[in-house]
Amino acid sequence: MSGTFVGMPAFPTAAREALADTQQRRNLAHATRTIRDKRAAVVAEVEDWEGLRLAGAAVKEAALRDLATHLETLEESLTRAGAIVHWARDAEEACAIVAQVARDHGVDEVVKVKSMATGEIGLNEALEAEGIAAWETDLAELIVQLGDDLPSHILVPAIHRNRAEIREIFRRRMGDVGRPAPEALTDDPGVLAGAAREHLREKFLRAKVAVSGANFAVADTGTLVVVESEGNGRMCLTLPEVLVSVVGIEKVVATWSDLDAMLRLLPRSSTGERMNPYTSTWSGVTPGDGPQEVHVVLLDNGRTRALADDVGRQALRCIRCSACLNVCPVYERVGGHAYGSVYPGPIGAILNPLLHGVSDEQTASLPYASSLCGACFEVCPVRIDIPSVLVDQRAAVVDSHRGDRVPRSGSHWQEAVAMKAAAWTFSDSRRLRWAERASGLAGRVIGRFSRTTLPGGRAAAGRLPGPAAGWTGARDLPAPPPESFREWWDRTDGGRS
Amino acid sequence: MSARDDILRRVREALDGVSPAVEIPAAPRAPDRGDLVALFVERVEDYRAIVTRCAADELEQVVRDALGEARAVVPPGLGVEVAGATVDDGLTATELDAIDAVVTRAAVGIAETGTIVLDHRPDQGRRAISLVPDLHVCIVDASQVVADVPDAIAVLDPARPLTWISGPSATSDIELDRVEGVHGPRTLHVVLVG
Amino acid sequence: MRVALQITCVNDAMFPDTGKAVVRLLRRLGVDVDFPGAQTCCGQPMVNTGYLDEAVPVVRAFVDAFAGYDAIVTPSGSCAGSARHQHSIVAERSGDPALVAAVAETAPRTYELTEFLVDVLGVTDVGAYFPHRVTYHPTCHSLRMLGVGDRPRRLLEAVRGIELVELPNATECCGFGGTFALKNADTSIAMGADKARHVRDTGAEVLVAGDNSCLMHIGGMLSRQRAGVRVMHLAEILAATEGAA
Repeated sequence: MSGTFVGMPAFPTAAREALADTQQRRNLAHATRTIRDKRAAVVAEVEDWEGLRLAGAAVKEAALRDLATHLETLEESLTRAGAIVHWARDAEEACAIVAQVARDHGVDEVVKVKSMATGEIGLNEALEAEGIAAWETDLAELIVQLGDDLPSHILVPAIHRNRAEIREIFRRRMGDVGRPAPEALTDDPGVLAGAAREHLREKFLRAKVAVSGANFAVADTGTLVVVESEGNGRMCLTLPEVLVSVVGIEKVVATWSDLDAMLRLLPRSSTGERMNPYTSTWSGVTPGDGPQEVHVVLLDNGRTRALADDVGRQALRCIRCSACLNVCPVYERVGGHAYGSVYPGPIGAILNPLLHGVSDEQTASLPYASSLCGACFEVCPVRIDIPSVLVDQRAAVVDSHRGDRVPRSGSHWQEAVAMKAAAWTFSDSRRLRWAERASGLAGRVIGRFSRTTLPGGRAAAGRLPGPAAGWTGARDLPAPPPESFREWWDRTDGGRS
Repeated sequence: MSARDDILRRVREALDGVSPAVEIPAAPRAPDRGDLVALFVERVEDYRAIVTRCAADELEQVVRDALGEARAVVPPGLGVEVAGATVDDGLTATELDAIDAVVTRAAVGIAETGTIVLDHRPDQGRRAISLVPDLHVCIVDASQVVADVPDAIAVLDPARPLTWISGPSATSDIELDRVEGVHGPRTLHVVLVG
Repeated sequence: MRVALQITCVNDAMFPDTGKAVVRLLRRLGVDVDFPGAQTCCGQPMVNTGYLDEAVPVVRAFVDAFAGYDAIVTPSGSCAGSARHQHSIVAERSGDPALVAAVAETAPRTYELTEFLVDVLGVTDVGAYFPHRVTYHPTCHSLRMLGVGDRPRRLLEAVRGIELVELPNATECCGFGGTFALKNADTSIAMGADKARHVRDTGAEVLVAGDNSCLMHIGGMLSRQRAGVRVMHLAEILAATEGAA
């Protein structure tokens, strides 16, 4: 009962289709603007935001650089607190562990707290294959699940949907899987949230097994942390008898007091609030309160690959706040689906290639899905230098094809030839002088036949065929001047004669 | 090789030659804002929660007024007389769902963020009782209010389950517009004593 | 002080008037700027497309051309950013300690034009006269990679006769992004269309910025729309004087 990212085309193609979706363009522009303004206001309220970012980045960096030690400590603390710790090398192993727990308790359904890790490993599909229904309980996840849709944002997976569309999905689908939407359902967000409350309540009350992720895992105390808004997280973490938490190994922080910076950075960056409505922390089992059987699955699934990358390692500091998505001009226009992953936007453009490598065309297209404007780095609460990692991953893509005997496509071959030719030209100013003479000649030809005049009077090329079409399809191109700067400098002795 | 050993080996290999030494600068503190209790009240109200301030001898009456006609559950160690309330003795979720309100105390109030933290000792009860009913009346003593998150972290015991509450349940999932009232209590009424 | 002009490959081949304006402006301020003829390109097109090996000889040409100068001034935030932040990455990749050392010399001496004017020369009023309605687009690399802050604005505000109007959503990227404009042309154009709309909304006659690459993109769109707005490099406005234009 959900879509799949499998078989998604490379970013430029997916983006072209997404750009034509007028409803989505409008929804995204509205939503990202709203959240950007809210974030800016609560960040401005903090006297030393930069100091807080530095502290947050250091907390995560320190945890990553001694990860093996912290993971062993975490395992010990969790076990001491009564939790059962599992380790999963990849998605398949993690899904199998969760399915086994569900089977052990004879259930055919689980309730889920919104979790990126379980989305990443495709847990819902894996459980469905075992005859176990996984009910998403976060409002946006519910909208995506009921709509047979795909998530398009880290924090708000249904950001591409507006209230009218959500009302339609609720009316059409709620009745198929439980309590139907009320007859009088309007598109008022409060009414829609109320319908979700009614629909999910029966599932919360009867669920025996819940599945969650965790925003943080504290090594020295064995504490897991879930940060949320609606209370669906509290429902899942409190009411069922059994709780399974799938936690990426990069979620570890060393000590309880390390949470301080993180709990201040995350809500302001994420929902633009001083604090999110609910944060739950728990350390294993508390007798007489909440689930009495607690499992924790520590997940690798490519994280150790990213950890080994000296430039890319910093991406594992990510706390999934989505601030980089909300400020990204590419994301704002294209939306999340075009990235082909549960991790879209700037962080997705580096995280997916770091986790999985760049051997497939879709993933290899992601590092290029950015104008490198740097707005993402500016807002990142843990100071991930996303533009630098993007450039480094572009180099990884190019390097992975250096030995190819057959070019992967005509356009890539053209690009490689063009870059090598440019490098050859730019390696020696005499070659550049020749190239500029040729371009000056081309400029004279364009100038003679041009029917386009730039504002200000300069001749220009309008629509051109061939490789120039990418540029001139929407932009006039100034005709190259007959004389380059260096020719002018030589001719006039730098303007002195 | 077990998955555990395999993952730990991969981690060690990935970090081969990487120095584990990272200096963590102290996270900056919020500036001194003077009257913490006044700030706490202002910030809790910002989340569209109800705040009533009262003296210790007015507490029972204020709680009674906050509940009105609502049927309430209370934790065993609340220490305030709530007429007609059910004392939690391990009620099931379905039983709790039939109850309108809950009255609890709290462990800490955080002024900077308008947050209440419950550590679920006997005066606050199990996590479920402050979750399922639709109205949460939470009694906070003025002496429990701390300045900001680091102060709260310092006094809280991570071995206990903790619930940090900042206003009523809310969502921004529809067009990033915040609306109050989803799965948790739709009304949060904070009674500040002293 | 020995000052070199790094013209940039785009300005050299496509926008020589910008280079001439820089020379005029600096001479007026008493700086005898030199143009080392061995210079070519900063290497950014290769680096940002992922061709690091190809960038090595280009960076080598850069450090050879500019060795020994006290200041390297460039009318491009992007190219200054490339020299200051990316050359070291390319040098490390080359494995050549001599190149690493040479980059460590040139990188910190490379200034974007407005940094050089305000920080090194200490001027904000350069004696310019430009009686037109102008709006300013802060390019991403000058804003975020270099942190030029309000330097360009202060320089523009001191220009006599100018009517400077605020550009809505000014700090949002125009969508150029180097090879991004070609590899993701549709997205680039969608971004550029919004930038062009904001420019038109100002009613300005001239859009000014510190990078001709971004201006070629936005200006190309404005031209296609017959919007009646021309684009000019900041140097050309700062070089303009009464009676000269």
